[in-house]
Amino acid sequence: MKKNYWKMFYNWFDERIQFEDIIQFAAKKYVPVHSHSIWYYFGGITLFLFIIQVVTGIMLLLYYKGSEDLAFESIQYIMTEVQFGWLIRSVHSWSANLMMLAAFIHMFSVYFTRAYRKPREITWITGMLMLFLAMGFGFSGYLLPWNELAFFATKVGTDIAGVIPVIGKPMLEFLRGGEDVTGATLSRFFGFHVAVMPAIFTVLLGIHLILVQRQGMSEPIGYENKPVTEKKTMPFFPNFLLRDLLFWLVVLNIVALLAVLFPWELGVKADPFAPAPAGIKPEWYFMFMFQTLKYIPAHILFMDGEVLGILLFSAAGLLWTSVPFWDRKTLRGEKTRFINYLGIFALVYIILLTVLGYLE
Amino acid sequence: MEVDQVKRKFLKYVLGGSLTALAAMILYPIIAYLKPPKTKSAEVSSVKIGKVNEIPNDSSIMFRFGTKPGILVKTQSGEFRAFEATCTHLDCTVQFKQDIGVIWCACHNGKFDLNGRNISGPPPRPLTPYKVIIQGEDIFVSKIL
Repeated sequence: MKKNYWKMFYNWFDERIQFEDIIQFAAKKYVPVHSHSIWYYFGGITLFLFIIQVVTGIMLLLYYKGSEDLAFESIQYIMTEVQFGWLIRSVHSWSANLMMLAAFIHMFSVYFTRAYRKPREITWITGMLMLFLAMGFGFSGYLLPWNELAFFATKVGTDIAGVIPVIGKPMLEFLRGGEDVTGATLSRFFGFHVAVMPAIFTVLLGIHLILVQRQGMSEPIGYENKPVTEKKTMPFFPNFLLRDLLFWLVVLNIVALLAVLFPWELGVKADPFAPAPAGIKPEWYFMFMFQTLKYIPAHILFMDGEVLGILLFSAAGLLWTSVPFWDRKTLRGEKTRFINYLGIFALVYIILLTVLGYLE
Repeated sequence: MEVDQVKRKFLKYVLGGSLTALAAMILYPIIAYLKPPKTKSAEVSSVKIGKVNEIPNDSSIMFRFGTKPGILVKTQSGEFRAFEATCTHLDCTVQFKQDIGVIWCACHNGKFDLNGRNISGPPPRPLTPYKVIIQGEDIFVSKIL
């Protein structure tokens, strides 16, 4: 009896959706097994953390009030009055940080295995754009509690945008909603964080995931040309999927542990007329840029040091995003050490400057 | 074979049980979170509305009773009547309509007489009355217990 109802239910949908293609697709989908297979999981982990962000973010929206007078208080309310509010907020904050970490790992693993090469250029570009957007999510979300640290982080961050020649000043006013960081800035960042950026992100994510499904997993360059008999594969369904889910479960546990053991602090309400607190630091994924700007001298030749730094970072970001187009050797299937050295340099640079930033 | 079946069943229950427990562990905080905390509004037992001679005959004023709106009507003969101003039909707020001498709900044309009785339109029940107390010149309204 029970089986019959299930069958009826399934048939009703099957007649309308025709699951056949999807089942065929899933049954024929194989994941390459080799020494670098572990990196295949990090995209999924990033996706899982993003899902956590969406769910907890919508939940926070139920009680959050995005205004200068109420933002801090509404989060205080969430943390103290709402049942499990402290947990939801802490999960949102911790999972955001882990998502950045997972996204960086995913990006570097794709870089080093050259998974960006033809025909996956669009996947790479959408991925890079999502990474930049994720940083934007982190930056805009940081202001929403309207506490002291958030206030000054936003001042510094938007000020950096402001020093860019020509477009800097209008951009600063666009970001801040005026000359200074005020309630207007909070309203804007709130809008960016919960409406504008999720909308763009969803489109990019859709393209990214569809392409990954259509093109399958990229194989590392040395592995790719091996004879088929020497290649090992694993069925995507259910073998790879179950491993994916196992990783998700582990990640969920890490998030839960961090959120429970180290609930996210709220700090002190922002006071636009109070001095910046000592030892103020940006979030870790901005630290290497922040630290670089500190080291650059005030003036280099005819330019302000800051301007040069920002232009260099912009150029580096652009170069990195466009790597599938100028890495000609990989495109021809040749090995290129230069790409590895460049990647190692970037990685070491980021880690070193981040550590230096925290040691100071 | 027999043993295998037992093992399989055992594993099925362990796995199913774990997944159920996991789902419950995730869902419980979520459901608890969605339930809004009780708003701490002081329980109101009576409010002062105004002075007797400030309100002309055959008119009304609206007032706030705790979190709810109230309506005070002074009849042509100078009597005071007070009600919870929430229509018993679908929660709209009613008003005193001087030209036809009834308490009227604009949402669905519900009418109540000045005793709060539902006399026409969709409202199913009379308005909830308040007790009006006159102390000297002051008008107080309190709940009827």
